[in-house]
Amino acid sequence: MAAGSTIDALGQFELHPVLGGLGEALRFSQSPLMMIVASVAVLAFLYVGMRPKAVVPGRLQAAAEICYDFIYNMAVDTIGPEGRAFFPFVFTLFFFILAGNYLGLLPFSFAFTSHVAVTVALALMVFVLSVIVSLKAQGAKFFAHFMPAGAPVALAPLLVPIEILSFLSRPVSLSIRLFANMVAGHVMLEMFAAFTIMLAGLGLIGDALAVGPVVINVALMALELLVGALQAYVFAILTCIYLREAVAH
Amino acid sequence: MARSAASSIRRVASLLTPLALALPVMVMAAPGARAVGMPQLDFSNPLVIGQVVWGAVIFLVLYLLLSRSALPKVEAVLTSRRQTIDNDLDIARRAKAEADSAVDELHQARRSAMAEAQANVDKVIEDARLAALRQTQDMNARLATEIHEAEARVAAARTAALGSLRQIADETAQVLVRQVTGTSVPADVVARTVDHAATARGL
Repeated sequence: MAAGSTIDALGQFELHPVLGGLGEALRFSQSPLMMIVASVAVLAFLYVGMRPKAVVPGRLQAAAEICYDFIYNMAVDTIGPEGRAFFPFVFTLFFFILAGNYLGLLPFSFAFTSHVAVTVALALMVFVLSVIVSLKAQGAKFFAHFMPAGAPVALAPLLVPIEILSFLSRPVSLSIRLFANMVAGHVMLEMFAAFTIMLAGLGLIGDALAVGPVVINVALMALELLVGALQAYVFAILTCIYLREAVAH
Repeated sequence: MARSAASSIRRVASLLTPLALALPVMVMAAPGARAVGMPQLDFSNPLVIGQVVWGAVIFLVLYLLLSRSALPKVEAVLTSRRQTIDNDLDIARRAKAEADSAVDELHQARRSAMAEAQANVDKVIEDARLAALRQTQDMNARLATEIHEAEARVAAARTAALGSLRQIADETAQVLVRQVTGTSVPADVVARTVDHAATARGL
């Protein structure tokens, strides 16, 4: 694929219909397929992990419980007592993104979180949810947040547009952060993999040098494991922060 | 053609390989990587929007399954564990309280038994002391009575002895006077004189 003098770093993000004509008709590409795989993996992790229902958990059950406690504490600590209601949503969000990020690291796989359409949809969902919760919890007082408390009224024409802009930029930053991180990571992996192939074409010295990019790719894989978890966490914690502001009075 | 391209690559590579590992950015900026544009932004491809619709459905299903089924299962296990631990702790706490009260009772019983035993010992000692005292007193009283009686008997004997002494003295004096003078003196004179003499000698 990337052999020759050019490197096709972005070809990996192309969508192709799966299941032949049926996939084409249903607009079903490898991206939704990986979403289903990610969802099944998350559900299987919980169902299989919790099957023993042991008072003293085994390793898999302990892992499932740690995941539950981790997100539960994050939701309740950040949002407050109302966080219990949003906990399943935050849990779904975190593990959907985490599984997507990690599945994308497998060979021949696909990272649906590297598509800006997906991340924008996720961010808009969070944004719309937080606005709905805000209006429900605070009513018209929600709009008072656009004028910072204690600021001089004379500055309102300046402050209110800035506040509105910063509020509206939330879904943008939320979606671009995840999308850009995933794209950058996958491009880097592809670049160094291509270097290896190019160097291997140079004969004996190239074979020796080609080890370098492989080593770097191993390190990059570790970095991507970190980034994948970190971005899922950032997405979830920011969701919690927005929801806290929504339920706060 | 391919050979010359390979050799030119080799030449460039021999110059750049030390840098190549450190400069992926240069290659990323190469025109070949950008020529097509990002597939993510190719919204003419129906699959790009299609994945959003599919994603919404899949996310909703995942959310419903997690919130209705999977997460409550985890919660149930966690809750039952917390209850089990709390119950066990309660049982342990109750057992400890029972043991504590049993120990207290034991101590109490020991203390009261000791007090009772001490009281018994004290009582026995006191009784013995009183009995000994009473016996001593009885003995003393009896001895005193006997001494008294003996003294009375001695006094009576002495008085009796003294009484008969006067009579003997009277008769002896009368006999002596008759023998010496040849005349008898009236008895009452003799008695008076002996009385005087006896009184003078403290008899």
